[in-house]
Amino acid sequence: MIGLLKRDLTLAFRAGGGFGLSLAFFLVFTSLVPLGIGPETGRLAEIAGGVLWLGALLACLLSLDRIFQLDWEDGTLDLIATSPLPLEAAAALKALAHWLTTGLPLVAAAPILGLLLNLPAAAYPWLIASLAVGTPALSAIGTFGAAITVGIKRGGLLLSLLVLPLYVPTLIFGALSVSRGAAGLDALTPLLLTAGITLGSSAILPFAAASALRVNLR
Amino acid sequence: MFRPMSSFWEYANPRRFMATSGAVLPWVTALAALFLIGGLIWGFFFTPNDFRQGSTVKIIYIHVPAAIMATSAWFMMLAASLIWLIRRHHVSALAAKAAAPVGMVFTLIGLFTGAVWGQPMWGSWWEWDPRLTAFLILFLFYLGYMALWEAIENPDAAADLTSVLCLVGTVFAVISRYAILFWNQSLHQGASLSMDAEENVADVFAYPLWTCIGGFFFLFVTLVLYRTRTEIRARRLNALIVQERMA
Repeated sequence: MIGLLKRDLTLAFRAGGGFGLSLAFFLVFTSLVPLGIGPETGRLAEIAGGVLWLGALLACLLSLDRIFQLDWEDGTLDLIATSPLPLEAAAALKALAHWLTTGLPLVAAAPILGLLLNLPAAAYPWLIASLAVGTPALSAIGTFGAAITVGIKRGGLLLSLLVLPLYVPTLIFGALSVSRGAAGLDALTPLLLTAGITLGSSAILPFAAASALRVNLR
Repeated sequence: MFRPMSSFWEYANPRRFMATSGAVLPWVTALAALFLIGGLIWGFFFTPNDFRQGSTVKIIYIHVPAAIMATSAWFMMLAASLIWLIRRHHVSALAAKAAAPVGMVFTLIGLFTGAVWGQPMWGSWWEWDPRLTAFLILFLFYLGYMALWEAIENPDAAADLTSVLCLVGTVFAVISRYAILFWNQSLHQGASLSMDAEENVADVFAYPLWTCIGGFFFLFVTLVLYRTRTEIRARRLNALIVQERMA
């Protein structure tokens, strides 16, 4: 189990681009927003929380096809499926590896990008907390989507069509806790709901992902 | 061809299904036409205008039934997907596939008629209101589901994967509904037809509305039966073509 996780992490660090790319995308996306809607600081502060959440979500989305695609192409996935490790655990580990290489760097980078968007100071703790609590759900949901589309050639667009509606609740609660935090309101309830989505999806979706993988490996 | 069935599961036999659905189909079609034409004419021409909303209120006779059937269609797909996953009956998987475009169109009708009604009443074509947003997301779920059916060549794998997607999609559709309620306050009015509510529409509107709901229900059954029969025939044709090549 640890071996699989280590392997995924090493591959992500060494096989150029996978690790830093989503972070770079997050930066580019965030810096494009003021260009698109105008640089007035008041307006930017108002939408900063939502924009950062959207950026994190899209950065996650763009890295999803790496989760299973390469392993599927070179046959590693067959080996993983025939190994004594249950496929459900393998799917959960893949989601964890994806979160460690994509979600966690995004959480670390978000406060710096918050400065660019003039996010109110009161919102920073909520921004970090909601991203830290919410991005694992994005990885778990995305792993399920990647498992469903792994057998499809050029499935990238289909993957986004399948996964984005599933991202809706996480996005709403995550962005809501930042915007409530920015307004000085109590943001604990949406934060807890985000945590609930994360816990629920990481409990259930590895099973769905594993059953999708079994169909695709048949 | 109307023999009493000993078990519901006998319809899993495609031949049985074709025979029975073929016998039932003209009746259901006639019922759909009767209820729809009757309900719409009743609603459009024989009910008074609302004292505030004028004649625009009459769009309710299309909007409400379409919206009800749009969500019901997803639950029908959920049931059919579960039957496919548990008992591997092909007819069930094909019925779920057949229902998706119908449900998608009903969702679209609901969104469109709502926009047409909302423009004069609320002053805007679209509001990010909980019900509207949830419906838009339901529409996206339908699109993704249909796209997944199209994308996979192996029919059994496609049935499996879309069924799993339908299950997961249902859970997330429900969560989205609550998320959106949290996120925004409601502009859309509440239930119009619940049994005990004070705010129900008056009987003079409710009876034609119920008729229209019946019409949309039978329309849904008719379309799904037609489309399922087409899918079964297409599958048979494919099998014949493969046989021909083998020979």
